[in-house]
Amino acid sequence: MTEQAAFPLPSQIADVPGAEDWRSMYQYFTRFQPDDDKRFWFYNSMHFPEPMPAFDTITGELPYSAIGANTARLFVFPTTLGIEHRIVNGRVYITANPVLDPAEIERRAAEFGPRAGYYFENWDSLYEGWKNRLRGLIAEIETIEVPALPEWEDASVVFEARGVAQNHYLRENFHRVLALYSKMWHHHTEMLMLGYGAYVVFFQFCQQAFPEISDQTVARMVAGIDVIMYRPDDELRGLATLAVSLGVDDLFTQGCVAGDVLSALGDRGEAGAAWLAAFEAARDPWFHVSSGDGFYHHHLSWNDDLTLPFTALPGYVAAVQAGTMPVRPTEQLKAERERIAAGYRDLLPTDEERAAFDQMLGLCRLVFPFVEDHKFYCEHWFTTRFFQKVKEFGALLARFGVIAEADDVFHLHHTEIDQALSDLSLAWAAGSPPLGGTHFPPIIAARKAMIEVLKDWSPPPALGPVPEALNDPAVRMLWGVTAERIEAWLNPDPDEIIGVAASAGVVEGIARVLRDVSEISALREGEILVVPVTAPSWAPVFATIKAAVSDIGGAMSHAAIVAREYGMPAVVGCGDATRRIRTGDRVRVDGDRGTVRVLT
Amino acid sequence: MSHPPLVLALSAARDPAVAGGKGASLGELVRAGLPVPAGFVVTVDAFAAALATLDPSGPRRAAIEALPAGDLAAITAVTAPFRALIAGAPLPDRVASAIASAYGRLGTGGGPEEILIDTEVAVRSSATVEDSAGASFAGLQDTYLGVRDAQSVLEHVSRCWASLYNDESVAYRRRLRIPEAAVSMAVVVQVMVAPRAAGVMFTRSPVSGDRSIVAIEATWGLGSALVSGDVTPDSFAVSKITGEITTRRVAAKIKIHQARANGPASSPITVSDTPPGLRDVPCLTDDEVRALAAIGRQVEAHYHAPQDIEWALLDDGRIVLLQSRPETVWAARDVGPAGAPRPRPADHVLDLFGKPL
Repeated sequence: MTEQAAFPLPSQIADVPGAEDWRSMYQYFTRFQPDDDKRFWFYNSMHFPEPMPAFDTITGELPYSAIGANTARLFVFPTTLGIEHRIVNGRVYITANPVLDPAEIERRAAEFGPRAGYYFENWDSLYEGWKNRLRGLIAEIETIEVPALPEWEDASVVFEARGVAQNHYLRENFHRVLALYSKMWHHHTEMLMLGYGAYVVFFQFCQQAFPEISDQTVARMVAGIDVIMYRPDDELRGLATLAVSLGVDDLFTQGCVAGDVLSALGDRGEAGAAWLAAFEAARDPWFHVSSGDGFYHHHLSWNDDLTLPFTALPGYVAAVQAGTMPVRPTEQLKAERERIAAGYRDLLPTDEERAAFDQMLGLCRLVFPFVEDHKFYCEHWFTTRFFQKVKEFGALLARFGVIAEADDVFHLHHTEIDQALSDLSLAWAAGSPPLGGTHFPPIIAARKAMIEVLKDWSPPPALGPVPEALNDPAVRMLWGVTAERIEAWLNPDPDEIIGVAASAGVVEGIARVLRDVSEISALREGEILVVPVTAPSWAPVFATIKAAVSDIGGAMSHAAIVAREYGMPAVVGCGDATRRIRTGDRVRVDGDRGTVRVLT
Repeated sequence: MSHPPLVLALSAARDPAVAGGKGASLGELVRAGLPVPAGFVVTVDAFAAALATLDPSGPRRAAIEALPAGDLAAITAVTAPFRALIAGAPLPDRVASAIASAYGRLGTGGGPEEILIDTEVAVRSSATVEDSAGASFAGLQDTYLGVRDAQSVLEHVSRCWASLYNDESVAYRRRLRIPEAAVSMAVVVQVMVAPRAAGVMFTRSPVSGDRSIVAIEATWGLGSALVSGDVTPDSFAVSKITGEITTRRVAAKIKIHQARANGPASSPITVSDTPPGLRDVPCLTDDEVRALAAIGRQVEAHYHAPQDIEWALLDDGRIVLLQSRPETVWAARDVGPAGAPRPRPADHVLDLFGKPL
């Protein structure tokens, strides 16, 4: 580590001019404390690459409640308690609480062994149960009603002697939405830490045996082929094929608008109706796929914004017409995965090492379906439903003038929404306008302005003293924070962006920075895609780009896996690539080393 | 009774005691079907025939064997006249004619115009104890590049023989108490290659010992620029399994080495500034890197052990091998196993999270 270089202390971070009041957006328990200066914190750019709108801090609060409970209290991980998070200038910093006392580690290990062992021994059946529980949570959140607050209640409430008026359900149902989201996060981490542990063990073994092996090569030995994250894209291909066979393919032209196409299909008789029926069937659940990773309310799903699927459909339709529809070569990919694994296995010098390799790879393959598919259930399907439901409450508040428009609800913390709903409950009961109409709009306007200002702040990658050793397996595993990474943070090269080498190869080209899926139509053939995150919903664009760069993700992330299948270079987990690269920049993407260099 | 051969085709060079270490090793590469520049070996029997006329019954060699290892002045006093004698004397007729005829045959591989031009060859000493375990003579004997015409080849064979009696070589042998009777010298004569790029490759990472990669160092022109340290080479690492190029470092290759025709032993090579347009560009394409790695794997598979290989890339894109020897650094290092099986697979994960920081 370089002696002179150091990270600023949390207490040394000045308020961003124009956003001095940022603390008003966040809860007291997210503020840096004086003693926090003694600890090492790093910016969680992987999950939170943007300043946090007040409501979206719930995707810090609840996941960190769940993950810490899982490691510290549920499975009793010997060396790891939980993760603490703080917000400064709208950015989320985190630190892990290690267990250092050897006696304490030993005491915890005695509990951890049988608990974790139980999950590994029963993994497949537990995962089946897990899927059912998640589907149950999703079904439940879908059925939660946002009270309409009509002029008077339906007569049935009286004649059935239900006795409880709708305004009661304002807060009860809002709390249920939050409670389900909390449960979802508990289930999200339930098997994930152990699952990632299996990956880490295999990665570490491979790095020990083959010190120069790339993460992506290890990932290729592990990766599953039949995972549900491919389904949304497969559904689109199926719809394109159907459009051609039904003879409605003429409607899917480059630049077509979803609403126009859907209404035109309504006029196309049976064929149009058949396509629309198939479309509706595909939408639930496969179009609940987020354009991001589900951590922000503005990571919209295909269902929320049909732009992406309708940008991709004309290309797929044209491919079907031309007979050039790419088919995922599933068998070939499986064979290639086995060839690579067997190749490395054969290079191991001893039978013992080959036996260890088999055990570890077997464990990875066991956990892989959960580790991959949980993302669709949790971050896509459930989360899409969650934000939609909160937005419905926002629409209700807007209808009563508490806030100007539905989306404004996301600039209130959930405890403030709770207050607004109390206000609305009283007002509806009393027959008076809610008082929030004069209270919240100026607060929301100020917060929106602050978020815009905070977007331009460059958060230091880390804060506080550089740790002597950084071996916490959980931190390495989830965030890739290693001594080397810290060194690079301390000595940054202004033109080089460091990320995770996700797919091999080096290319140069023109960057296209897309912050949001709604900008997708701007993408030109052969450009290098630079995005905050790529989720399964982005799969269709990989057919046209030359390389992919993302702020978020690891060697096993969606962008990485898809890029490897297309054989194009990809660097993921860059943290701030979308801020440092501008559309039109000439960049060199080095998928071997995990770097992106801005050339002009 | 038939005489032992004085000259052997490379493909027939098997026994290091006859063809020297380098000759036998090149012969093995040829027999394994690997690309090696055409050539032949002047055997130790040719050397013995020459010595039989120059030092009959061996008094000069007995004098050398009696020298003290540390007395360089005494060594020079005895060896210099012997070297001059070997380098200056004409070769025995049957040796000279065997070499000349083998040399003549080298030039007939190509079209008719090539027959008219004397083939340019490299003449390299190939000692019988060279490269043997624990006694590396590497660099102590001479190599001549760009030698052309039969007479010149004969002269350079003599010089190679003479180089066996270099002060340094003799001092080295005296230090190790190697009897002079055990010492002999073959000479390898190979068609000169004028490589576009050349270098070394290891079929096991010299940096980390990783068995899964082929590490390649390469520079423009002759590989001597790299060996001598005149340039920082481009370096590449290729996965043997996936063909992915996992390391690609392009260096500023300031100098370029090229062969000087009929050059003196002291400087057989011209050193010049690399043209600016070539300096900073990679001297190998990705496909060439992978093709080299594939050949490296063949060599390794043939020897069943990681190899340290010298190679050259010709203008027409062909790759030729100049030498292969076993990788020694990591072979000698005791690298512990990467892991061991546990009673239950999940125990690996329990170990991971149970390890103290």
